[in-house]
Amino acid sequence: MMYQYDSIDHQIVQQRVDQFRHQVDRRLAGELSEDEFRPLRLMNGLYLQRHAYMLRVAIPYGLVNTRQMRMLAHIAREYDKDYGHFTTRQNIQYNWPPLRRVPDILQDLASVEMHAIQTSGNCIRNISADHLAGVAADEIEDPRPYCEILRQWSSFHPEFSYLPRKFKIAFTGARKDRAAVAVHDIGFRVVEGPDGENGFEVIVGGGLGRTPVIGEVIRPFLPKRDLLSYTEAIMRVYNLHGNRDNMYKARIKILVRSLGPEEFGRQVEETWERIKDGVLVLEQAEIDRVRAFFAPESYDEAAAQNFDHEAAAHTNPAFARWLGQNVKAHKEAGYNVVFVSLKAPGVPSGDITSTQMELVADLADQFSFGEIRATHDQNLVLADVPNAGLFPIWQALQAAALATPNIGTLTDLICCPGLDFCSLANSGSIGVANAITDRFEDFDYLHDLGELRLKMSGCINACGHHHVGHIGILGISKNGEEWYQIMLGGSAEDDASLGKWLGPAIPKDDIVDAISRLLVAYVDVRLPEERFLDCYRRIGREPFKEAVYGDAAA
Amino acid sequence: MATLLLKERRIIADPYTELADDAPLPDGPVLVSFPRWLDEHEVLLGRGVDVGVRLPNDADADVLAPALLGASLLVLDFPGPKDGRAFSQARIFRDLHGFEGEIRATGTILRDQIFYMHRCGFDAFEISEDANLADILAAFEEFTIAYQAAADDHIPAYRRRHLQTEA
Repeated sequence: MMYQYDSIDHQIVQQRVDQFRHQVDRRLAGELSEDEFRPLRLMNGLYLQRHAYMLRVAIPYGLVNTRQMRMLAHIAREYDKDYGHFTTRQNIQYNWPPLRRVPDILQDLASVEMHAIQTSGNCIRNISADHLAGVAADEIEDPRPYCEILRQWSSFHPEFSYLPRKFKIAFTGARKDRAAVAVHDIGFRVVEGPDGENGFEVIVGGGLGRTPVIGEVIRPFLPKRDLLSYTEAIMRVYNLHGNRDNMYKARIKILVRSLGPEEFGRQVEETWERIKDGVLVLEQAEIDRVRAFFAPESYDEAAAQNFDHEAAAHTNPAFARWLGQNVKAHKEAGYNVVFVSLKAPGVPSGDITSTQMELVADLADQFSFGEIRATHDQNLVLADVPNAGLFPIWQALQAAALATPNIGTLTDLICCPGLDFCSLANSGSIGVANAITDRFEDFDYLHDLGELRLKMSGCINACGHHHVGHIGILGISKNGEEWYQIMLGGSAEDDASLGKWLGPAIPKDDIVDAISRLLVAYVDVRLPEERFLDCYRRIGREPFKEAVYGDAAA
Repeated sequence: MATLLLKERRIIADPYTELADDAPLPDGPVLVSFPRWLDEHEVLLGRGVDVGVRLPNDADADVLAPALLGASLLVLDFPGPKDGRAFSQARIFRDLHGFEGEIRATGTILRDQIFYMHRCGFDAFEISEDANLADILAAFEEFTIAYQAAADDHIPAYRRRHLQTEA
């Protein structure tokens, strides 16, 4: 179940489409220079990249229905090169739309309650959430109603559309954080309150990029009624006091660091005092109204009886492997969370063709209540699959190259578009990712390596989140060539930590061997069942440094 | 850059004379810097004509607001197309302090920012002489409804929904 637009939502989105069409017309007629057009197009997620415009479409908290997914497929086919790219913020990007057709794309999106509003620019961006919201066993409360409430409050907010820099918010409602709340500008974590009512822990000032920082808890408990007013207070302090002299030092994390979390929190509280009991109070009636859109599916009690996992696994090892790796537990007996891997060998992380999108939509209609989620690892999720659906889904996904059994492993890596696409990049990332996937194609070895989050960025802007990878790789430019630096020990989860550099940069031809040596060293010294990350935290950097650099490190 | 004053959807002549800090007082409404206002506001207000104050865009609106009692005009600055501080300043004066006089936007004003400025409490805009007036006026109408409450409308969209269903 998901939010449905009413006439207010439709009107706002339509007026935005009309406004943008008018802006594009003026641009194409020469009435707006590129400089004047830039802030306007960025507000609609339209970037100018290395080869072409890139359009970033919002997928609020990562949730789409099948009608929307089919429209995303149509857009890829009709306006682009037949594929889309899912991002680390649960959005989808198109790399080749012609400028004059972008208003038509936005119109098509509006017809299925989608848009590209505020997916770029110095404003509040897409609010992301746990991809297992509503189905995870460890969930305290589904955060998505609050994501939707905050999404509306932040859309076209007149005071906060010209911030010092972009602003990213994430929510988690579970005990285990799958939304990386510690590395967002604001992270909200649902927590149980002192009197039994849930509220939010508010974390501010996390982020990656050039200055990676883990966020600070500014307020351990915020009642739900104060969600909008408190967020408005944070935004006002940031808008007024965030650094505007240096765009590389303009995120809120810099302000929190320079004031110190206590002083920052004090300023927020002082600002909040003035507004907390006014029009911004979030009333229970509104919470109830939006929550109703996210009611649980009508699960079939008989689903649990419908499947003999073991028998199927015995007869089909490939299916068993996929079951073990790509299917996770659901809080409802007889149901499963199915990950659709967009990390097939030879395909850039997160890329998906229009035909594949349509297949996933068909499977969702047939087996998963017509909804699909995008994860912030650039995969998709069918979140409510009954036991009886597992084998047919696997067969269909397998035939479409969407069943690579690698979720959570080394080859389920995050990788930014890099030098092939992005005008900010220093190095190629997709090529290295492909080489890694090739090298580690043996699934037995891959699964033996266990849980591994490898994250790669083609430049220090860190769109690939390399600081929070168990293994992080950063592409740099050295003497005009593509070199790579390795960092180890990062994590975006509850045990959030930033990785540490391993040693000198490594040339492109050697990087995959280096990763290989790293992993051989890990397998050599690990304790039974010990993850790579935990092994690193236990034994430190030196053994890995020696494995990668050998005598040169001494 | 020569500018025109847009107020209440029309171009009007500016009734205020802007004064340097050491300039003598003419007849009629005057616009002064904040330091001059601090020094001379009693004298200026004692003349019985309107006084406007020009504020830099890093001025702390909440702290200064009580000291601006009696001013009829606040001129707030947008030093560049990306600098959105004055949006907050205007809301603070309008919403938190109930300022009822004119709040005027000056500096770099993009036509497409005017709607937000209006929502934040600006009611006058110094626009470029070359600006396309019809286009600018259209900017006010581009959105007929908004999600969140602001200075121009204290009922957020979701409250409207509840009012509708209760009716």
